[in-house]
Amino acid sequence: MGLYKSKYTAKPLPPVDLPELRVVGKPLRRVDALAKAVGKTVYAGDFSMPGMLYAKVFRSTVPSARIKRLDVSKARALPGVACVLTAEDLPDGKLVTDIPGQTGQKVRKGSLTSVLARDRVRFVGEPIALVAAETLEIAEKALEMIEIEYEELPGVFDPLEAMKPGAPIVYEPDNIVARWKIRKGDVHAGMAEADLIIENTYRVPFVEHAYLEPEAGVAWVDERGVINIRVSTQVVEHFRSIAKAVGVPQNKIRTIGTMVGGGFGGKEDITVEIFLALLAKHTQRPVKLVYTREESMMSQSKRHPFIITHRTGVKRNGRIVAAEIDLVADSGAYPYLSPYVLLYAVVMATGPYRIPNVRVDGVAVATNNPFTSAFRGFGGPQAAFAYEQQMDAIAEALGMDPMEVRRINYLRTGDTNATGQVIESAAWLEETATRALEALGEKEPDRGSVKIGRGVASYFQSYGRITWLHDTSRAWVGVELDGTVVVRSGVPDLGAGQVNSLAQITAEVLGVPLDQVTVYSTDSALTPLAGTSTATRQLYMSGNAVYQAASAVRKVLLDRASKHFEEDPKDLDMAEGRIFVKHNPEQSISLAEMAQICAAEGLPLSNLALFRAPFTDPLDPENLQGRVFPDFTFGAQAVEVAVDTETGEITLLKSVACHDIGRAINRAAVEGQIEGGSSQGLGYALLEEYVMEEGIPKTVTLSEYLIPTSMDFPPTKAIVLESGSGKGPFGAKGIGEPSLTPAAAAVANAVADAIGVRIHELPITPEKVLEALKRIK
Amino acid sequence: MGMHSITVTVNGEKEYLEVPSHMTLLQMLREKLAITGPKNGCSAGECGACTVLLDGEPVNSCMVLAVEVDGHEVVTVEGLAKEGQLTPLQQAFIEHNAVQCGFCTPGMLISAEALLKRNPHPTEEEIKEALVGNLCRCTGYIRIIRAVQTAAEKGGA
Ligand code: FES
Ligand code: FES
Repeated sequence: MGLYKSKYTAKPLPPVDLPELRVVGKPLRRVDALAKAVGKTVYAGDFSMPGMLYAKVFRSTVPSARIKRLDVSKARALPGVACVLTAEDLPDGKLVTDIPGQTGQKVRKGSLTSVLARDRVRFVGEPIALVAAETLEIAEKALEMIEIEYEELPGVFDPLEAMKPGAPIVYEPDNIVARWKIRKGDVHAGMAEADLIIENTYRVPFVEHAYLEPEAGVAWVDERGVINIRVSTQVVEHFRSIAKAVGVPQNKIRTIGTMVGGGFGGKEDITVEIFLALLAKHTQRPVKLVYTREESMMSQSKRHPFIITHRTGVKRNGRIVAAEIDLVADSGAYPYLSPYVLLYAVVMATGPYRIPNVRVDGVAVATNNPFTSAFRGFGGPQAAFAYEQQMDAIAEALGMDPMEVRRINYLRTGDTNATGQVIESAAWLEETATRALEALGEKEPDRGSVKIGRGVASYFQSYGRITWLHDTSRAWVGVELDGTVVVRSGVPDLGAGQVNSLAQITAEVLGVPLDQVTVYSTDSALTPLAGTSTATRQLYMSGNAVYQAASAVRKVLLDRASKHFEEDPKDLDMAEGRIFVKHNPEQSISLAEMAQICAAEGLPLSNLALFRAPFTDPLDPENLQGRVFPDFTFGAQAVEVAVDTETGEITLLKSVACHDIGRAINRAAVEGQIEGGSSQGLGYALLEEYVMEEGIPKTVTLSEYLIPTSMDFPPTKAIVLESGSGKGPFGAKGIGEPSLTPAAAAVANAVADAIGVRIHELPITPEKVLEALKRIK
Repeated sequence: MGMHSITVTVNGEKEYLEVPSHMTLLQMLREKLAITGPKNGCSAGECGACTVLLDGEPVNSCMVLAVEVDGHEVVTVEGLAKEGQLTPLQQAFIEHNAVQCGFCTPGMLISAEALLKRNPHPTEEEIKEALVGNLCRCTGYIRIIRAVQTAAEKGGA
């Protein structure tokens, strides 16, 4: 096909004025790295307590059945078994699987799920009973002694089938879990105006998070009667839903989050917490529960498969005048976060393009597959796989350069997206895409049957939560009398450097070296609630909360210092643990001395801040016109691939990702996010598929489900741009999720560029390449 | 279930232990000795998070029985630094931000350590091959490979 030119030149950047900072933006060693490098970091599964019991979960082996008989008496009678619980033993036994812990939360209809199945199972791996025993071996033995008889019921395993009349109903009233619509402009008039209408359908599969750390936790009841749960989670605010499910007041559950050994959205929903709390409550003993790899892969959430159809009306000159997009998502056996993932995919379905007339219809459908929920990108990568291939398909149909078609249609600051939300921050789409392409260098020549192709994908992805969820974060910052600093924040650290960035922001504001800051985090009882480590929100939300709290303390110190020096506070600054007069830095006082002076005078040396995202009202689900997100990150990825047209083998040759992240708080951490996100995205493109056959998972080990190894891909070069225009502290945007979003689309475009035929379905395997080549022969 | 008395040197300390015949080395380290650096990512030899040195060779400790290490020497991530002095690899992992969630790190460091012991100046390809059994879902391996290169330049493990 050879759609792409062999060389591109980067578009010059508009001038930005970024003040030089002392700690922020510096490639400092992360505060959490040393402990990890010497094996000292204690993960959820590393924790043990005296007298601890070991728990196991009894799970369904069939995808759709009525439980005819469940008999746990033999398991209960086994010596060493402390407790066996079934749905009969639970007070309410319902778990809210809606978005947790925020002020705008309403419990959505249909979002109640049974903690343990009572009379019906809907997917393989559904929990039915819990065992706690003196040893793991006894707990495993007890599982084998649980007797169950199923009456198998017809299941439905394909979302399109599930929407047909007469399809088995997964749960009442019907299989429609959620619908969202966008109506903007007049799509019929827009299509009538078009010179050409291009239609394609794209499909993406189930994908497994495959974090290295399987779900784990330990729970115990303390002397106050509080159930403590030490757990690997992205959300300590789940304590509220846990309390409800267990039947205790909310102040009787405490979740203590450990360093998460990889989350990526898979530890956003409750995992082991309720099981642990129930068993600890019933036995009054500490209980530990660690999932096996197979259990983790079989029973936990997956990325949503989508079927996405684009119908795009374009003018000969490359301008898009109308888009009709239909999305169908497989929600699996329970809703969990499907309505929200679908919403994200719907809002981002058009891609970062100015399209005056838009119709989008999205539907999430229940099936007897594993439940699908949050996974890094949250509907964004699925949407991007479709819209960015569609852009290249348009370019091909018009005989234009794909970058040119993009350039003509890119959103710019001040434009509105499909929901009518104004783009407020810098939208460096052309800047990022041309830089990624330029960095690929000269294209390699074809070598016989091995064809070389390149592709680009631009994207926009929200950071921060849906604004009608009324998101907030709290943080506490205090200065000690020796000039050291303490931060308290409920933020869960997933290894992306969440805690470290709070330390860096605090160090910057209070003018202390990074090693002078100690952060206490992730405790629902003792650290101010910061909200979830999801939705690329923590730097934006908790970064701002910490910035606010540290700034309030700074003000107290500078106000007092201004009296001391008889200088205006704005002529003072703080650095290296000292407060000094800007025009005469010799005139200075240590932070410790000033803290002591303030303490002696009863001035507040600490502050608890609350940061609020913009709050909006929910939009009309029939047209979704208005603000949905606080802001967006923009960027692109470009890749070069070699495709062997005889074997179908695809080799990734080069990969460059360029993102405007607003401002890098820790540059090495930003690049690490981009490289790691890209690796997951490239795995999505070429390797990963969680295979289901009639509701039976077929890839439940790491030798069946392949994730990228050290040998699979060349390094993705990360180009970090800083527009300073983000809504986070110091103008930062978010990068956690966006880093994954464009990769698969870029690879798909490159493969099409190489072989002259487009593959509309992930993963792009040698078989699909050969099949596609057969189609054109 | 038979019990066995074994003697094993772990991170330089001689240990006398009673272990059941089916207990793995990983379980022995984590449960009997509270050495939790080696992680359990799969119990099936598929992730490398449990990698330790057995007489200097990297092994998946989930695939070795505790009874098999009777009379042998085991080193885990906790045993790499000597007298508080980090190894060049540990330093390079920290400096290069090769550590994100850190769950793969104990195994990565052990595999890399073994590589540099046997081949102090590996090529990039050799580094990738040595780490192919150690999965990492966070980093994309780029900084891990770079850290190993840096440690090699600085004079081996
Ligand atoms: S736990 Fe041993 S290889 Fe995964
Ligand atoms: S750093 Fe998380 S798995 Fe490697």
